Amino acid sequence: MHLSTDIWVWIAAILTLCIFSFLYKDNPFYKFAEHLLVGVSAGYFFVIYFWNLIVPNLLTPLKNGFGTLFTGGGFTGDLAALVPGILGLIILTRLIPKIAWMSRWAIGFYFGAFQGIVITGYMQAYILAQIYGTFIKANNPVFSLALMGDFFGAPGWGKALLAVSGPLMILGVVCTLTYFFFSTEHKGFVGGVAKVGIVFLMIGFGASFGYTVMARVSLLIGRLQFLLRDWLGIIS
Amino acid sequence: MNLYEKFLHIDRRYIFILVALGVIIPLIWPLGLAVTTSPPVENVYNAVEELPPGTPVLLSVDYDPSTQPELSPMTVAVLRHCFSRDLPVIITVLHPGGPGLALEISDRISKEMGAVYGEDYVFLGYKVGSSAVILSIGQNFRVSFPADYFNTPIDEIPLMKDIQNYDDVGLAITMSGSTFPEIWVAYAHERYGQRIAAGVTAVMAADYYPFLQTGQMVGLIGGLKGAAEYEKLINRPDDGLKGMDAQTIVHLFVVLMILLGNIAFIFVQRAKRREA
Repeated sequence: MHLSTDIWVWIAAILTLCIFSFLYKDNPFYKFAEHLLVGVSAGYFFVIYFWNLIVPNLLTPLKNGFGTLFTGGGFTGDLAALVPGILGLIILTRLIPKIAWMSRWAIGFYFGAFQGIVITGYMQAYILAQIYGTFIKANNPVFSLALMGDFFGAPGWGKALLAVSGPLMILGVVCTLTYFFFSTEHKGFVGGVAKVGIVFLMIGFGASFGYTVMARVSLLIGRLQFLLRDWLGIIS
Repeated sequence: MNLYEKFLHIDRRYIFILVALGVIIPLIWPLGLAVTTSPPVENVYNAVEELPPGTPVLLSVDYDPSTQPELSPMTVAVLRHCFSRDLPVIITVLHPGGPGLALEISDRISKEMGAVYGEDYVFLGYKVGSSAVILSIGQNFRVSFPADYFNTPIDEIPLMKDIQNYDDVGLAITMSGSTFPEIWVAYAHERYGQRIAAGVTAVMAADYYPFLQTGQMVGLIGGLKGAAEYEKLINRPDDGLKGMDAQTIVHLFVVLMILLGNIAFIFVQRAKRREA
């Protein structure tokens, strides 16, 4: 065991312990660390966005554009930065109730432009490719009679899984979509299919929960590795 | 209050102590439990392995310190793999919290592997506007990244001289703790046909399996387990594999608690019905 001599490691370790202290109960040490995190994060993100967004995309072009204009070089493309700059300022009118309605112009422009960029890419990635992938995998149909024939020819667990996984996936998609189909009352056949859909949904939620537990434990492992290795020097 | 009721009302702080011990003990005294590799991680490994030496890899470090314990081990493993195969790496960052992490990892691993800045790897830094940046790389890296993180114009960097856009990149790998892989798929893959692999937190891994089925992603590294698998594949044990013993112990403990909790609940309900 050899304790770290780095002051920043000590600060990080003490703040980690302050956060962990919440597991016992809420206390001033936890509150201090929490508020420090929020304050430092806000400051960090402001600086990052200012130097990576405002300066290169607004202030520098405007400085160049007006510099050229005032030295007799005429209007240049740099001055186009005035448009997003003014739209950005208009959003801030939300802070003044009397003219808050003006902010809708900028928000409307932003939404419209963003939707135009997003729709085609996401339509392809999320809708068309996913529908295709539900039925076709690697240019072969997911519902494969050949795979079923392979299984019945020489039965085995591996072949059974291969033969069943495709049809099971199609069944899961259809049943789950039926559960979210609200134009027909979920009774009789439709109700039965929807109930099967619930089973698939529950399996999906279970998988997500398992992964979530793993993620949270990983974060704990990461912090304890830091405390035991970087701070206390107990592990290598 | 009988035993089952006592169990249902157990002070949660005892659970916290047991979970902490379940992590600390295996970290100090490793058990060496086996870790098996899975096809999604093997596919990422194979995608890197199949690239001819000299083919650039785009590694996007799209996460911040809140997901560092899961994503840094896989970033380190992938970087080691690329350097060991003489694959130049172009590092970008699309998350504002990522530049410091990417810089620390690239510095450390490049020194360890003897990689030279500007020839074997380049760090282009952070840019705001993930969708726009990913789209602009399809035209040219220079649109969003006229200079690297250290303000050196990228035309003066030997590695970047012949690299224009996705056509010159063999594989793009995004390490992300949020929805960046979706954006990479929607724009870099769907629009420009770029091959995409992703390293994601375990919470998000289940959401990305459909992209493997459709072939929109060549592979997926999910959580600390995925990182451990990758470390095993490149035969370089590190934080991922070291954490797997603790991960297994705590998972078993959680499963045990869920089972015992449900059993206790059933017995308590049964007793209440009898009393009624």
